[in-house]
Amino acid sequence: MASRPVAPLKPSTKARPKYYDLNLLNLPMPGLVSIFHRITGVAMFLFLIPLTLIILQTTLQSEAGFAAWQGYFNNLVVKLILMGFVWAFMHHLFAGIRYLLLDLHIGVDKEPAQASAKVVLIAGLVATVIVAARVW
Amino acid sequence: MINKQPVGAHYGWKDWMLQRVTAVVMVAFSIVILGFFMLHGSVSYAEWQQLFQNQLVRILALLFFLATFYHAWIGVRDVLMDYIKPLWIRLSLQVLVCLFLIVCSIWTVSILWGN
Repeated sequence: MASRPVAPLKPSTKARPKYYDLNLLNLPMPGLVSIFHRITGVAMFLFLIPLTLIILQTTLQSEAGFAAWQGYFNNLVVKLILMGFVWAFMHHLFAGIRYLLLDLHIGVDKEPAQASAKVVLIAGLVATVIVAARVW
Repeated sequence: MINKQPVGAHYGWKDWMLQRVTAVVMVAFSIVILGFFMLHGSVSYAEWQQLFQNQLVRILALLFFLATFYHAWIGVRDVLMDYIKPLWIRLSLQVLVCLFLIVCSIWTVSILWGN
């Protein structure tokens, strides 16, 4: 069978259409894992790093500082905020492990990638619940 | 020709690799720290103070924090490169992030060895 001549590809002069779908719920699971990985990373950079250093400093400096943080940790609102950070940490951790495995070419096909994304989303929530149960 | 920018990724694999190496370091430490708190439960001030008197604990803690700060630098830099297009705004923010993390590193040393 004779092959048809193929027209050479010319770069389009038209502006490419832009389409931003900002609704996170329309993302497939690996996309959700990815955007949460980003958001949790930035949130931990902005808030968890300084918070951790402040807590480490005040709890090591004096017994009064240690007792003060014990008091804060008993506050319900503080506990809830901390559980938010625990989720951020856990999600980032599990998503990161998934990316390390993907780097090693483990689970790069569509089905295992979708399954591992689901595992990451659930594991982050389960780990948060376990820590919360331990704290309460 | 590649249009190199002063706030680019330096076009190498070093940061890519270090992002992963620091991640593995943090995973190892996180398991130890989380395990300690999940098993040990509440800690008294004396025990807490005692723990950080140990030179090895201090050095390992510093290693963990430095890995975290370097990891944060690469991560935030990538996010800024994706979303902040004007060169000077991006460069300014990257410098701020860098300075903040350097301050955090010095602060960490002063916390661990200052008490």
